Amino acid sequence: MTTRDWKNLVLGAVLLGIAALLPLTGDAYAIALGVNIAMYGVLATSWALFSGPTHYISLATAAFFGVGTYVTASGIDVLPYWALPPLAGIIGGILAGIVGLATLRLSGVYFVIFTLGLAEMIRQIVTWRQNATGHKGSYVLTDLTENHIYWQLLGVAALVYLAGWAIGRSRLGFALRIIGDDEQVASHLGINTAVSKVALFIVPGAVAAIVGAMIAPRYIYIEPSTAFTPMLSFQVVIMAMLGGTGRLWGPIVGVIPFTLLWEVISVSFPNQTTLLLGLCFLLIVYLLPNGFVGLFQKIHARALSKEAYQ
Amino acid sequence: MKRRTALKAAVAASAIVWAGAAFAADPIIVGAVAPKTGGLAGGSVVTHWPNIQLWAGEVNARGGLNVGGEMRLVEVIEYDDQTNPAETIKAITRLATQDNADIILAPYSTGLNIAAAPIMDKLGFPQITSTAATDQVGELSKQFPNMYFLLGSSSALANGAVNVMAEMRDKGEIGSRIAMVNVADAFGIELAAVAKPSFEAAGFEIVYETSYPLGTQDLSPIMKAAKAAEPDAFVAWSYPPDTFGLTEQAMIEDLNVKVFYTAVATAFPAYSAVFGPAAEGVMGIGGVNNGSADFLDYAARHEAATGQKPDYWASGMMYASLQILEQSIEASGTLDMAVINQYIKDHSFETVMGTIDFDENNNNASYWTVGQWQGGEFRGIASTGRDGAVAPVLKNGWK
Repeated sequence: MTTRDWKNLVLGAVLLGIAALLPLTGDAYAIALGVNIAMYGVLATSWALFSGPTHYISLATAAFFGVGTYVTASGIDVLPYWALPPLAGIIGGILAGIVGLATLRLSGVYFVIFTLGLAEMIRQIVTWRQNATGHKGSYVLTDLTENHIYWQLLGVAALVYLAGWAIGRSRLGFALRIIGDDEQVASHLGINTAVSKVALFIVPGAVAAIVGAMIAPRYIYIEPSTAFTPMLSFQVVIMAMLGGTGRLWGPIVGVIPFTLLWEVISVSFPNQTTLLLGLCFLLIVYLLPNGFVGLFQKIHARALSKEAYQ
Repeated sequence: MKRRTALKAAVAASAIVWAGAAFAADPIIVGAVAPKTGGLAGGSVVTHWPNIQLWAGEVNARGGLNVGGEMRLVEVIEYDDQTNPAETIKAITRLATQDNADIILAPYSTGLNIAAAPIMDKLGFPQITSTAATDQVGELSKQFPNMYFLLGSSSALANGAVNVMAEMRDKGEIGSRIAMVNVADAFGIELAAVAKPSFEAAGFEIVYETSYPLGTQDLSPIMKAAKAAEPDAFVAWSYPPDTFGLTEQAMIEDLNVKVFYTAVATAFPAYSAVFGPAAEGVMGIGGVNNGSADFLDYAARHEAATGQKPDYWASGMMYASLQILEQSIEASGTLDMAVINQYIKDHSFETVMGTIDFDENNNNASYWTVGQWQGGEFRGIASTGRDGAVAPVLKNGWK
């Protein structure tokens, strides 16, 4: 590893360490916002690990997230809580592997539609099972507070960043970037495109399931409609795009301003929230097509070229 | 414009009028969080929001709440939770810490109320739920001692309907063939799961049974199959869109049954507005005492203040929850929530839905379970201990 790698690792660790101090302020509002930012940050970053290099837009986040919440909801009476998020991760990973094998040969819009349908399909399966068993509402009653959930999410964030950092430097990461540029070329180079894609698709699947399992104690009452809400998939994509998917730190740069913007809009215009958010999406796509990462790079490049001419 | 600004202006205007009599005290900040968008917005704009508007308007018109001898106006801050539990939690936290709300009202629906329970409990606000129906009242009130339940349990709501039909059958008014369908979603599944064994235990024969996914558009095959089974009674544990859809299909198929029951939204004024005379004799979940002068007066005020009628199930309970808060604050003369909570537990309250007295599980044990459209009004026909039930009538065609 180079000195620069070490510097980045230390910087990342310090920033996460600072973020972990938030609950010490005792400001419940900041912590509630922090949980949302941490949740979307983890989801968007892990989403970008796969969708960033490959350009496969996945709308399956809600499917894996929902599976995770139901792992906690159905397991909380049988297993200790600490066993559930890892279990959710394993189940989410296996599911992503199966889905990946079945669908990653689909390209472009077919893949997008399939992943969108996946959340709905799993939701219908869960509902069907509940209906067949005359199920009573799923309750997750624990002693976990917002602080615990926040710290757990930060822990997952640290793992996701490490994984992303490692993948970016591995043969797998390199292979995926080639696949993203031109899949045909990649296969002619001898890259097993299917295996590479499936291997990386498992990461966001497992992470989203873990996050779902950790959020379940916050919702307490788990319903298919809230666990599998398609809004979640879209929000994750929009946030990641706002930040930019070309860099590991890109998505979080999108998540923070987006969550704060969402907050400002819902506070100031409670009756027009959705309308104004829609307008913001349009503006973001129009003004920042490559996200904040693209903007920074443009500014950086301009500064460099200025230096060169002086 | 911010809703809050509009309300502030209204508060300021009434304060100026009122300043002649006394120096205006700080308003009481009342926080309200419920769906204005998302899946449950359709229900909350009928049942939840209009009552807050009505109550705040009435309180301010009479000069505010009397808190320990000081008259204080109420200022309502509203947030849309988009039917998303994470937003509900965040908005409640925001009301408590950024807006310094003196009171925060319970949110809307079973799921959102339960999601809000830990934060409401931590903040110490009484959470008087009027739109949460659950069989977990005991567990929830043990874990969240300041959570109260007005609407009843899903078991009692389902069994109420079974009992009404069992009595009609025992009198020889209907036969024992039942067609039962349910929407495959939380509340619909719970109700059906309770009703099926109850129907069988009561000696009914379930001749047709099916479920359909939430959001099913085409209900015609279900109604055709139900009709083919030649039932004496049709029961649907349904949600608002399918309550309307199934009724429409029953009219098209001219389903000939003596009892036609649909669940949520049958008690909405819109039901009779849409189906007119065909609604006559339809049974549904909920009910009110239409003979009660208090309720009729409330319904008239509701319509005058908000331009729409209350629904005949949870609307009155929502208003009752506000009356309970108001009476507790005025009687105990404080906004100290620990005192208010103790007051709610120790006393009974006169409301538009009658006397409400919470039991040791913070549960209101007396509520309406079944109502029926009779003469253009949705009247309560069965309850767990409310006065004023009328006798059920037979469904007689769709004209």
